[in-house]
Amino acid sequence: MINFDFALNIIVGVIVGIGLFFFFTATVGLLRFPDFYCKLQATGKGDTLGAILTLLGIVIYILKEDFSFSTILVSLKLLFIIFFIFLANPTATHAITKAGLDSGVIPLRKEDLER
Amino acid sequence: MIRLYDDLIIQTVCRIMIPFIQLFALYVITHGHYSPGGGFQGGCILGASFILMVIAYDIKWMKKRFSEYTNIFMIAFGVFIYAFVGLICIILGAEYLNYGILHKVLPADPVKVRALATLGIEISVGITVMAVMVSIFLNLATFGKHERGEV
Repeated sequence: MINFDFALNIIVGVIVGIGLFFFFTATVGLLRFPDFYCKLQATGKGDTLGAILTLLGIVIYILKEDFSFSTILVSLKLLFIIFFIFLANPTATHAITKAGLDSGVIPLRKEDLER
Repeated sequence: MIRLYDDLIIQTVCRIMIPFIQLFALYVITHGHYSPGGGFQGGCILGASFILMVIAYDIKWMKKRFSEYTNIFMIAFGVFIYAFVGLICIILGAEYLNYGILHKVLPADPVKVRALATLGIEISVGITVMAVMVSIFLNLATFGKHERGEV
C-alpha cells in the first residue's frame, strides 16, 4: 500500500518541476530567439504555463499540510492569482505584439535566416 | 509614431479585470493594519485601474465615470480629511494626529478609537494618491490637452 502523503508529495514535486522547466524554457527563448515576435511568443506562453503550474503545486502542498479554514483561504487567493495570470498574461502579450506591429517592427523572414 | 486604436481583446479583458482590481485596492487599504499595504499602496492600485481604463478604451470613456471636476475635488478632499482628523486632536487637547484623544467624542475606548482613526487617515491618503496618480497620467500622456491624439 502506497503512503498517501508520500504520493501527494511526489505529485507536488512533479507539478512544480514541470512549471520550473517551463520558466527555464521561457528564459532560454527570451535570450536565444532571433526576433521580437519569437521572443514574445516564448515568454508569453512559457511564463503563463510555468506560473500556473508552480502556483497549483503550492496550492496542493498547502492543503496537504493542514486542511483548515485559514489554509483554504490562502489557497483560494492563490487560485484567484492563477485565474488573473491566465487572463492577463496572454492579453499583455497580445497588446505588446500589436503595438510592435503597429510601430513598424518587421517580422523575421526566411531570407533573413538564410543570410 | 504610434497610432492609438481600439482592440476588442484588450477591451474585453480590461472590462472583466477592472472591478477586481478596484476591489483588491480597497482590500489593500482597509487591511493595511494587519498585512503589507496601506493608504499609499491601495491608492496606487486604484489609480492604476483608472489608468488601465484610459489605455484600453479612451479618455472620454474614463471621464464619463471619473470626471476632471471629481478628480480635482478628490485631490483636495483627501488632504482635507487628513488635516481635519489631525486638527480635531489638537482641539481636544492632544498633539497633532494623536488619535487616542478622540475617545472623548467617539463612543469607544481609546485603543479602538486609535485603530479607527488610523483607518480614516489611510482612506484619506488613498483618495489623494488615487486622484493625483490619475491627474499626473492624464496631463503627461496627452501633453495637457486631455484628448485622444497621436503619441
